[in-house]
Amino acid sequence: MDITLPILILTIPLFMFFLLGLLGMKMSHKLAGTLGCLGMGTVLVLSYYTAYAYFFSGAPEFVNAAGERLQYIVFDQSWLTLYNPLEIRLGFLLDPISAMMLIVIPTISFMVHLYSMGYMRDHHGVFEHGFQRFYAFLSLFSFSMLGLVVATNIFQMYIFWELVGASSYLLIGFYYTRPSAVSASKKAFIVTRFADLGFLIGILILSFYTETFNFIEFTSVPVDGLANVSQVDLGTAEGVRNIFSTSAAPLFMGGSVLTWALVLIFMGGMGKSAMLPLHIWLPDAMEGPTPVSALIHAATMVVAGVYLVARLFPLYLMETTSLEIITVVGAITALYAAIVACTQIDIKRVLAFSTISQIAFMMVSLGVARPEFHEGLGYMASMFHLFTHAMFKALLFLGAGALIHAIGSNDYTEMHGLRKYMPVTHWTFLIGCLAIAGIIPFSGFFSKDEILSSCLGYSWVAYLWMSFVAFLTAFYMFRLYYLIFWWKEHKTHEGHHAPHDQPWTMTLPLVILAAISCVAGFIPFGNFVSWNGHPYDFMAHFDWNVATISLIVAILGIGLATVMYRKENSLPEKFRKAVPALWTWSYHRFYWDELYQFITHKIIFGSICRPLAWFDRHIIDGTMDSFATVTNKASDAIKPLQSGQIQMYVWYYLIGALALGTITVICLI
Amino acid sequence: MYFIVALSMIVFSAMAVTTRKILRAATYLLFTLFAGAVVYFMLDYEFLGAVQIAVYAGGIVVLFVFAILLTSRPGDNSERLTSKSRVLGAVAAIATLVITGYALISRVSVALAPKPEMQALDMQQLGSTLMGTGDGQYLLPFEAVSVLLLACIIGGVVVARKR
Amino acid sequence: MFCCGVYGFITRKNMIAMLVSLELMLNAVDINFVVFNRFLYPEQTEGMFFTLFAIAIAAAETALAIAIIINIFRAVRNIDVRSLNEMKF
Repeated sequence: MDITLPILILTIPLFMFFLLGLLGMKMSHKLAGTLGCLGMGTVLVLSYYTAYAYFFSGAPEFVNAAGERLQYIVFDQSWLTLYNPLEIRLGFLLDPISAMMLIVIPTISFMVHLYSMGYMRDHHGVFEHGFQRFYAFLSLFSFSMLGLVVATNIFQMYIFWELVGASSYLLIGFYYTRPSAVSASKKAFIVTRFADLGFLIGILILSFYTETFNFIEFTSVPVDGLANVSQVDLGTAEGVRNIFSTSAAPLFMGGSVLTWALVLIFMGGMGKSAMLPLHIWLPDAMEGPTPVSALIHAATMVVAGVYLVARLFPLYLMETTSLEIITVVGAITALYAAIVACTQIDIKRVLAFSTISQIAFMMVSLGVARPEFHEGLGYMASMFHLFTHAMFKALLFLGAGALIHAIGSNDYTEMHGLRKYMPVTHWTFLIGCLAIAGIIPFSGFFSKDEILSSCLGYSWVAYLWMSFVAFLTAFYMFRLYYLIFWWKEHKTHEGHHAPHDQPWTMTLPLVILAAISCVAGFIPFGNFVSWNGHPYDFMAHFDWNVATISLIVAILGIGLATVMYRKENSLPEKFRKAVPALWTWSYHRFYWDELYQFITHKIIFGSICRPLAWFDRHIIDGTMDSFATVTNKASDAIKPLQSGQIQMYVWYYLIGALALGTITVICLI
Repeated sequence: MYFIVALSMIVFSAMAVTTRKILRAATYLLFTLFAGAVVYFMLDYEFLGAVQIAVYAGGIVVLFVFAILLTSRPGDNSERLTSKSRVLGAVAAIATLVITGYALISRVSVALAPKPEMQALDMQQLGSTLMGTGDGQYLLPFEAVSVLLLACIIGGVVVARKR
Repeated sequence: MFCCGVYGFITRKNMIAMLVSLELMLNAVDINFVVFNRFLYPEQTEGMFFTLFAIAIAAAETALAIAIIINIFRAVRNIDVRSLNEMKF
C-alpha cells in the first residue's frame, strides 16, 4: 500500500489548521470556509479510497488466506526511545475498526464543515466573528481524531487523545466572551484530564510489564483463540503476555496487574465517553456551537472511549472482571441518562443525554461480548452501533442546529408547530428519531437489535435493563419530536420573521445523513469488522425473536410519547404530580453537578488548595521577599556611612588599617 | 640633647593641632619642622637637614601663611569643637599610638642603643647617586619627581586661576 | 608626632588646619625612615634619598592643596570642611 495516501490523510487537516490559524484573519470568511471544506473533502476522498482498498481489494497484506482481516501497519516511525526496547512510535495502523473510523470521521467532519458555512451566520447572512478560527479548530480536531484512530501504539493514542481534548476545549469555548461557555470548556477539559490520569497510569502499568506500547504486540492472538495462551512459551510476544495469566501475575489489592491496568485505561475512556460519574462535562459542553456538538459530542470524540476498549479488546478478554465492570458502569449510565433526558427542556441537553445513553449502550455491548457467544457478537454490534449512531446523532444535532438557527433559542417551549415551516428539517429529524428509536428498516434497528441479542446471551437481567432503556430512548426522542414539530404554533411564528428552512449548505448535510441512516442498516457489517478478523454473517444468525420484541418495545415507547405529547394536554402535568420527587431529581440531573461542586469547593479547595495557597503566599513568597527586605534594610543601615564628611572617611580608613595592622601583629607573634 | 629636641617636637605638634588660631598653628608647625631638621643634623644627614629647612620650613610654611591670609579674615577663630569629634579623634590617635608603638617596640629591641658609626656623606657621592643610572641610583625617581613638580605647577595654576 | 597629626586631621574644622596636621604626619614618617636607615643600615643611604623625595613631593602636594582650598574658598566663601558634604548618598 502506498504510504503517501495515509500520510496525506493525516497531514492535510494539520496543514489546514496552520494555514487557517495563521492566515485566517487575513482572508475573507468565505475563502476560509471554502478552504476548510475543500481540505476536508480531499481527506474524505482519500479516506474512502483507503478504506475501500482495505476492505475490498483483497490484497494479501489485508486479508489472509482464511479470509480474515489482518492488522496492517502502513508506517511506523520511532519517535522517542525510552529505553530499549520500549519506544514511542508514531504510525498508521490499518485494521477493521480503524478503517471503519476512517469512513465515519471524515464523513461527519465534512458534513459539519459544509453545514457550518451556513450555520455560522446570522439571519442577514453576515458571518460570525471568529469564523476562520472555527474552521482552523475544526481541522485541528479532525487531525487529532484521525491520528487517534490510526494509532499503532497506545502512547500515540494517548498523545492524540490529549490533542482531541485540547481541540474540544478550544471548540467548546469558542464563544469565549460568554462566561458559561468558558466554564463549560474548562469543565470538559478538567474532567477528561482527570480521567486521563487513570489512562496514563494504566498505560504505564501495562508497558512496564510488557515492555512495549504496540497494539499489535498487545493483542496478537493465536488463531485458534485464547485457550492456548497459557501454553505459549515466554520467548514470543504472546508469551510475554503470559505474565498476566492469573497464577503468576503480581497482585495489588486483590486484583491482578492486568485488571488494574485495564480498569485504569477504561477510566480514561470513561472520561472521554462521558460515563457516570465523569459525565458531567457533556451536557455543559452544549455551550459550544451546534456543529461542534454534532462533530465532537455526538459522533467522534465521545466514541474515543469505546474505540479504546475495542482496540484493547483481546486484552480485556483475558480479564473478564474488567469487562464486567465496564458492563455495570455502562448499564447504570444508560439508565441514568435516559431518565434525565425525559425531563429536560433544552433541545441540545436532551440530545446530549441521549448521546450519553447511546454510548453507554456501546460500552455495555463491548462488556458483554464473549468469543463463545456468536464469536464476540457484542464487539461487532458495538462497532456497528458506533457507525450508525454517529450518522443519525449527527443528523439530529444538525437538525437541532437548524431549528436553533431559525428560532434563535435552544428552549423548545418556543418551538411549537414547526412542521409547516421547515419541511426538510422536519422529515430528516423524523428519520433520525425513528433510527434512534430502532424502527425497521432504519439503521438503528439493526445495530440496537444486535446489542440486545448479545445482552441476552450474557444474562437476561442485562437484556431487560437495556430493553427498558431502549423504551425510554424511543419515548424521550419522540417527546422531543412532538414538542417541536406539532402542537399549536406560537403567535410569533406568523409574521415577517417566520422561521423557514435554511440554506442549502445546511440542508444538504441533513439530507445526506438521513439517507445514510436509512440504508446503513443493510451493510453486512460483520463481514468487515469483528474482533479477530473473521468475517461474520449477521443475517445468518439473526435472532428474529429478539428483533420482534425490541421492535414492539420501541413502538410502545413511541406510542406513549404520542399519547402524552401529540397534542397539548394535561397528561404530563398529572404525571409530574404523581411522582414529584422523581421528576425533580430527573430535571436536576440527579444533582451530580451540585455534588461535584460541593466536593471541589468544600473539600478540595478548602482543605488542600487554601492551605497550599497560604503556604505559597506567606512562606515561599515570604522567604523571597525577606531576601529583598533584608537587603534593603541592610543597605539603609549602611547608607549613613557615606555622609560626605571627609574626616569621617579618613577615620574609617584609619580604623580599618589599624585593624589590619592588629591582625598582622597578632599573627606574627 | 636628643630628648630636648624630641620633647619640643611633641609639644609643638600637639599645640599645632589644638590651638584655635590658625596662624599660631602655622607657627607651631614651623617650630616642629625646625626640630625635625635638628634631628636630621644629629643623625649626620646634613644635606637632608638643609633641604628640610629650605623646602619645608622655608617654602611650605610660607605657602601656608599666604593661604591663611588669603582665606580668613584676621581675628577669625575656629569655634569650640564638638566633643563627639574630639572623642573620635582621640580614639583614633590613641589607637594608632598603641598599635604602632607596640609593633615597634616588640620588634625592635634596640630602643636605646647608641648610634652606630657612619662615615660622613660625601656631597659628590651624593650627587652622583642622585643622578646616576646604575644599580641603586636615583636618576629615574629624580626625573619622575621633576615631572610631578611640573604637573603640580600646571595644576595649581589651572585650579586657582581667576574665572 | 604622627598621632598628633591624626588627631588634628580628624578633629579640625578648618581646612588649612587639616593641612597642617597632614604635614605633621608626613614629617613624622620622614623622620622614621631616616632613623631606621641610620640605625639599622648605616652603610646604605636609601632612607635618606627616600626622605629627600618625600619632602619634594610633599611640597608639591601642599602647593596644589592650597590652590584647591583657594578655589573652594571662592566658591563657598568659607573653609569649613564640614560644609563640603555634597558627595553623599
